[in-house]
Amino acid sequence: MSDLLVPTESVPSAAASTKPVVDLRSVSRTFDTTPPVHALIDVDLEVQRGDWLAVAGPSGSGKSTLLNVLGLLDIATSGTYLLDGIDVSGLSDAERTAVRGERIGFVFQSFHLLSHRSVIENVMLAEVYGTTNRRFPRSGRRERAAAALERVGLGHRLEFLPSRLSGGERQRVAIARALVTRPSLLLADEPTGNLDTHTTESILELFEGLRADDLTIIMITHDSEVAERAGRAVRIRDGRLS
Amino acid sequence: MTAASRPRVSWRDLADESIAGLFARPARAVLTVLGTVLGIAALVGTLGISRTQSNQIVGRFDALAATEITATTRESGGRAAGSVIPWSAEARVSRLNGVRSAGTISSVDVGGALARTVPVNDPANVTEFDLPVRAVSPGLFAAVRTQLRTGRVFDRGHSMRADRVAVLGPGAADRLGINRISNLPGIYVGNRVFQVVGIIDDVARRAELLDAIIIPEGTARALYRLKGPERLQVDTAVGAAALVASQIAPVLNPNDPARLEVSSPPEPKATKAAVTGDLNRLFLVLGAISLLIGAIGIANVTLVSVLERTGEIGLRRSLGAARRHIAIQFLAEAALTGLAGGILGATVGTLATVIYGASIDTTPVLDARIPLLTPLLGLLTGVLAGLYPAVKAAGKQPVEALRSGT
Repeated sequence: MSDLLVPTESVPSAAASTKPVVDLRSVSRTFDTTPPVHALIDVDLEVQRGDWLAVAGPSGSGKSTLLNVLGLLDIATSGTYLLDGIDVSGLSDAERTAVRGERIGFVFQSFHLLSHRSVIENVMLAEVYGTTNRRFPRSGRRERAAAALERVGLGHRLEFLPSRLSGGERQRVAIARALVTRPSLLLADEPTGNLDTHTTESILELFEGLRADDLTIIMITHDSEVAERAGRAVRIRDGRLS
Repeated sequence: MTAASRPRVSWRDLADESIAGLFARPARAVLTVLGTVLGIAALVGTLGISRTQSNQIVGRFDALAATEITATTRESGGRAAGSVIPWSAEARVSRLNGVRSAGTISSVDVGGALARTVPVNDPANVTEFDLPVRAVSPGLFAAVRTQLRTGRVFDRGHSMRADRVAVLGPGAADRLGINRISNLPGIYVGNRVFQVVGIIDDVARRAELLDAIIIPEGTARALYRLKGPERLQVDTAVGAAALVASQIAPVLNPNDPARLEVSSPPEPKATKAAVTGDLNRLFLVLGAISLLIGAIGIANVTLVSVLERTGEIGLRRSLGAARRHIAIQFLAEAALTGLAGGILGATVGTLATVIYGASIDTTPVLDARIPLLTPLLGLLTGVLAGLYPAVKAAGKQPVEALRSGT
């Protein structure tokens, strides 16, 4: 099962062992409101392959902005962002979309599952959007999705609709969807925010297992107990990392 | 290398996603389709029903009028009033392709002579009548579709020998008191006697024959100095009238065809144009309006769908979908809605045409291109209706879209 998580060939493999997956150098993000909001100020962050990093902070601290910048959903106002050694700061919208689809898997607090599609179809959706560098053939798509669901412990729920699953199970589907394209980086935005403590525990155990398989995880949370479970934790407050 | 990579999606995947998007809310999709169905059905039905209707009216003309041609000598001032129709007109015209039968007919000037059965002077009863006398060529009986009550009609032999034989119209026979020919009845016209060989029951054309005494052309030439045939009467095969009519003048009078006045039935096209009137235009306008309403419905529902599925748009963007993939998906959903409406509408319209045709006992007529092309009109409607919502969907920022929840 672990071969599922081996990084794709498109990752620059020669340098992969030494280069960090994420390398932020004095990244700032300012919103042009009046007065301007400095959501991120001179953030430096390095995440190595196989790291599990928790970013903790109260609401309004800038952690969502950090996640958006890391996930290429937002652009830093200044500074450099190297993802897998690629400078993504100067990329066009389409190129950023391509890099995002290739290298980043997202897990959201509200799961974002399509309610009218079965569990396995939700996971297969991740392979629909490929790039010119990396295509996922239609053949074998169902098998790959089933394997990813097996990995998160939902091999027995393939044809269920999300509405029939518990919150923890829905989040596992979302994690399987993020894993199936073998991303370099798993970005989790409050993955346990909607879950009770027992279910939270099982999701965190799943993350531990994924990290042991050499997946890089960045998790954003406001819950310091959850943050402590990660291999490494940083705090963010008023746009500054500490 | 990586920087040059572009987002890509296969067309099959996009089609799958669009169809799945439509079937996510089947009831809504069905209701959305209805407007387009009504519009296209109105268009197809109107075209089909009006075509069927005009075809039926033309079909009724076909029975008689559309197969009748007559030719007379055009009156021209100063020129000799003589007929330009030759005695051989029947033989000449009968050779034309499409002619079923032809014959000539002329009124005979008998100098005021009255007709009677026997020369009896009976002061109590009127026994003499002023009956019209017509001279016809033998083919005329077929050309006016004569039905005989009794006896026979005369033939070429009678005409060539100038035999004194006559066929009576039913009106003439009644007035003269002749109802059978087994006793070889004779009639007098003035002091000339004719043997009655047959009595007509009815004719489909030239109702004047019903009250007339009909004698052979040759007999009229010999006895009454008939100058030439007055009128040519032709019965054609269905659909041949226009062609035959164009050939008659040069065949009868090659030296001066313009002196012949040939009357032929109105062209079927002209009839159709006369039938396809204001009512049909009204229905076409109504169809166009319901199509417009259908388009607005699709646009509206697609726009609502874009708003509802904001979270889904954000998710797809996070999975690597480019703006254009989002736009194409919503555009395709609207286009498929329109296409489905077009196909259903064409089906309904065709069925309406068939049912209408059955209700008036006529073959339903519908241009085959109409039900084949109107689904494309539905597709076009859907595409136009989907443009704005698609642009709207593509413009959503993934960050905001993801924040909106599922």
